[in-house]
Amino acid sequence: MTPGQRRWVVLAGLAGLAACYLWACAGLPGFGHYPGPYGPAILKNAIAQTNATGVVSAVNFDYRGIDTVGEEFILFTAAAGMSVVLRVLRGERERPPLDQAMERTAPHTSSAVRIPALLLVGPTVLLGWWLASHAQANPSGGFQGGVILASAFVLVYLSGEFLAFRRFSPADMLDAVEALGAAGFAAIGVTAVAMSLPYLYNYLPLGTIPGAVSSSGTIALISFFVGLEVAAAFVLIVGELLEQTLLVKAG
Amino acid sequence: MTLLAATTPYPVPNALMSTLQVTVLVLVAAGAVAVVRTTDRTKLVLMLSAYGMLLAILFFVFQAPDVTLSELAVGAIALPIVLLLAINKVRKREE
Repeated sequence: MTPGQRRWVVLAGLAGLAACYLWACAGLPGFGHYPGPYGPAILKNAIAQTNATGVVSAVNFDYRGIDTVGEEFILFTAAAGMSVVLRVLRGERERPPLDQAMERTAPHTSSAVRIPALLLVGPTVLLGWWLASHAQANPSGGFQGGVILASAFVLVYLSGEFLAFRRFSPADMLDAVEALGAAGFAAIGVTAVAMSLPYLYNYLPLGTIPGAVSSSGTIALISFFVGLEVAAAFVLIVGELLEQTLLVKAG
Repeated sequence: MTLLAATTPYPVPNALMSTLQVTVLVLVAAGAVAVVRTTDRTKLVLMLSAYGMLLAILFFVFQAPDVTLSELAVGAIALPIVLLLAINKVRKREE
């Protein structure tokens, strides 16, 4: 086939694709007009059924809770995989962190980075914790809260305190917290089965005031466990990478 | 079944919101091109972080504040840190 013929074949294919694409676009519902039945059904019933004013959390941790269990274990597996892949291998050895070594090759962290980073640690922990524990009332949840909580630990590292970062995030503790978070979520689901209810059925009392901290039954509890899991997993991942970069050297 | 009652169309967004949405969509498209066209690795990570912020704004303008929070923490902070550390490691090996 000559290049000229080939060009015609490509152009014909592209024209066909463009025609089908435009045809498909013409049949789309209007922008912002979701045609499915579930959105309106959830908006109408979620608060009455779950006492959670954070309807997104009600969907994530109750209506499609089983999907979220899967997501949770994806993160769990990823963090576990990182720990295994990035362990200190036989041919490698740990050296003292570069910025702590005698020759002092790394420059000091400037105060302009150090002070804001340290000042932000407290507020970041507070924000993360608040988000993870108020999923039932706000558009937040364990995932967002957990990631923000983890970035508080990263701020400690950014302020130049690698040793402090290591000291308050020992790997054993992170492993335990991560496992606790993942197991807590799964256990809530299994408990429902043990009570001969569907998996992840919201069996706890829903409280009386929609959106109160004590409302929404298992939704608030699951969000709390997800927060633990996600925070531990992220600190673990970043910690492993930091150790690889700063400590491990091919021996 | 009453749960799956007739679909009600959502309220049409007002002119200000539509303008904001279109602006942010254009910015995100331009940002994606800018990220792809960056060749320096360190600069690329910073661009990606800024692009994460842009995406967070996009999600916020499209009324998904929960996704905004995730995108802020993951796209603008966690991903750049992981990439910077990996680049640092590779660079050390190259030396």
